[in-house]
Amino acid sequence: MEKILVGLKRVVDYNVRVRVRSDGSGVETDGVKMSINPFDEIALEEALRIKERGEAGEVIVISIGSSDVRQQLRTGLAMGADRAILVETDAQTDPLTSARILLEIIKREDPGLVLLGKQAIDNDHNQTGQMLAALWGRPQATFASELVLDGDQATVTREVDIGLESIEIDLPAVVTTDLRLNEPRYVKLPDIMKAKKKPLDQIPLADLDIEASAALNETAFAPPEERQKGIIVDDVAGLVAALQDKGLL
Amino acid sequence: MTRILLIAEHDGTSVNPSTAKCVTCASEIPDAEIHVAVLAKDGASLAGEVAGLTSVDKVIQVDNPANSYPVAAILAPQIVAIADGYSHIFGPSTTFGKDLMPRVAALLGVNQISDIMSVLGSHSFRRPIYAGNAIVTVEAPAGLPVVATVRIASYASAAGGGSASIEAASVDADIPGHTRFIELRSGKSDRPDLQTAAKVVSGGRALGSAENFDLIYKLADALGAGVGASRAAVDAGYVPNEMQVGQTGKIIAPELYIAIGISGAIQHLTGIKDAGTIVAINKDGEAPIFEIADIGLVGDLFKIVPELEAAVGAASGRE
Repeated sequence: MEKILVGLKRVVDYNVRVRVRSDGSGVETDGVKMSINPFDEIALEEALRIKERGEAGEVIVISIGSSDVRQQLRTGLAMGADRAILVETDAQTDPLTSARILLEIIKREDPGLVLLGKQAIDNDHNQTGQMLAALWGRPQATFASELVLDGDQATVTREVDIGLESIEIDLPAVVTTDLRLNEPRYVKLPDIMKAKKKPLDQIPLADLDIEASAALNETAFAPPEERQKGIIVDDVAGLVAALQDKGLL
Repeated sequence: MTRILLIAEHDGTSVNPSTAKCVTCASEIPDAEIHVAVLAKDGASLAGEVAGLTSVDKVIQVDNPANSYPVAAILAPQIVAIADGYSHIFGPSTTFGKDLMPRVAALLGVNQISDIMSVLGSHSFRRPIYAGNAIVTVEAPAGLPVVATVRIASYASAAGGGSASIEAASVDADIPGHTRFIELRSGKSDRPDLQTAAKVVSGGRALGSAENFDLIYKLADALGAGVGASRAAVDAGYVPNEMQVGQTGKIIAPELYIAIGISGAIQHLTGIKDAGTIVAINKDGEAPIFEIADIGLVGDLFKIVPELEAAVGAASGRE
C-alpha cells in the first residue's frame, strides 16, 4: 500500500501520578511531563515495521491539538515517520470530533491502513478508532496483538476477554493496537536531528469543514475514594487469622 | 419517556454475566423502561435467559446467521435499525462492548460515555479517567440518545425471577461483508471466571516463569478462586493475555483479591480498587501494592504461597 496513517495523541506521561486540582476543575497538567500516548507509540512502531518490510511506501503521523503537540509529532518523525500533520486547535476535541477530523484527513490522503492506539491513557475513552471506522464505513480491528497484511486484506489477532480472536478484514481499515503488538523502538539522537528536516503540516481546524458534535459536559472532577490503610501481618498464620476474621476463609 | 436499550453479551449458548450487571446500572435510572436486545444466530434460549432477569421489561430477539459471532461492524447497523425511540443505549464495558458501542454511537452521531461507574440522573453519570486516578462527572446533552458502556465491576448482577416478554424483531440493515470472523482461541479453564469470581489470586513478574505460576493455580484451586496476572507476567509469557488485570486489561471487583509478587503499578491498581479485601504478598516491603492492601505480608512468595495453600486446605478441611 502507498500510505499508512498513524494517530498520535499528546497525553500526560504514563509514569506521572495524576492529581485532581483542589478546586475540582480538572486534573493538574501544568508542568507535568507530556508524552505520546503509549498505545499510539505501538501503532507507529507497527506502521514503521510494515514500511520496513516493504509493504507500505509512507508513514504519516497525525495529531490534533495545540502547537505544543508538535513536540510529540517530532518524536514520531524521529522514530521514523516520513511526515506529520497537525490539525491545530486549542480546544480538547471529543472522540466523535476527532474521528470526523481523521476522516477528513483520510479523504485527502487516501491511506490503505489507519493505525491508532486502542485508548488514550488520559480519558480512557477507547472510542475514536471504532467511531472512525463507522463513519468511514470500513472494518475495524480493535485491540490488535498481531497484524498480518496480505494484499488488500489483513488478518488481525485481537485480545478479547476470553482469549485471542482472529478476524480477516478488507483494506482500507482501522486497526487499534493493544500492548503486546510490539515493543516500540527508542529514538536515537541523530534521528532527532534528521526529524527536524521532515515536513510537518499545520492545518487550522477551522480550515476543515467539521460538523460540530454535541459534546459531553464534564462538570466536576474528584479524586477516587481512598482505601483505608491496611495491616501488615508477620507470617502465614497471621494472614490466615486475618482472613478468617473477615469471614473470607 | 426514558426507554433504555441494553445490548446483551453472549457466546451463542449462554448470556455473559456482564448483561445482568448492565441491567442493574440501567435500573438506577429513574422511571426507565428496560429492553434488552439479543443479537444472535438463534437467540431463543438466550432471550429466555435474559427475560428472567428482574427489571427487564422486554427482550428483543434479533436472529440472523450473520450474528453467530459478535463482529462490531455487523452488529452496529442492526442496533441502529432498532434504536429508534430509545433515550439510552447501553452495553457492557467488556471487550465486546468496548468494540461495539462506539461504532453504534458514531452511526447515531453522538459521543459515548465510557465506563459508567455511577448514575446520578438520566443524563448525568460518573466515570473514571487517568486509570482511575480521577473521577469525572459527565452530563450528556438532552434530546439526543445517550450511548454508554457500563463498568461492570461497579455493579452487582440483577437478580433472577423476572418474566419479561420476548419479541422477535426483523431488522432491515445493510450487513457488511468486509469483516470476517475466523476463530477464537481460548484457554479453557474450569476455574471461576476472572471477571465474576468472588475470590481472585493474581501473580506477577516475581513468579519468574510459567512453571512457577503453578503455585498461583494451586492456591487458587484451594480457595476456589479465579486466576489473574499483572501485565508484567503476561508480557513475560507466563500466562495468556485474557488473565491480565488492570487499566487496559480486566477491571475486577472480587470479595477477596490476593496479589502475589505484584509490585502494584498504578495501571494494575486501577483494576482492583473495588475489591472487597486486598491481600499483598511481596518480598519488597516498599512496593506500592502495600499502599492499598488491607492485609500485607512481606516475604518470599516461594515459601509463603505453599504454606498458605496448605493452611487454606487445612482451614477448609475443618469446616
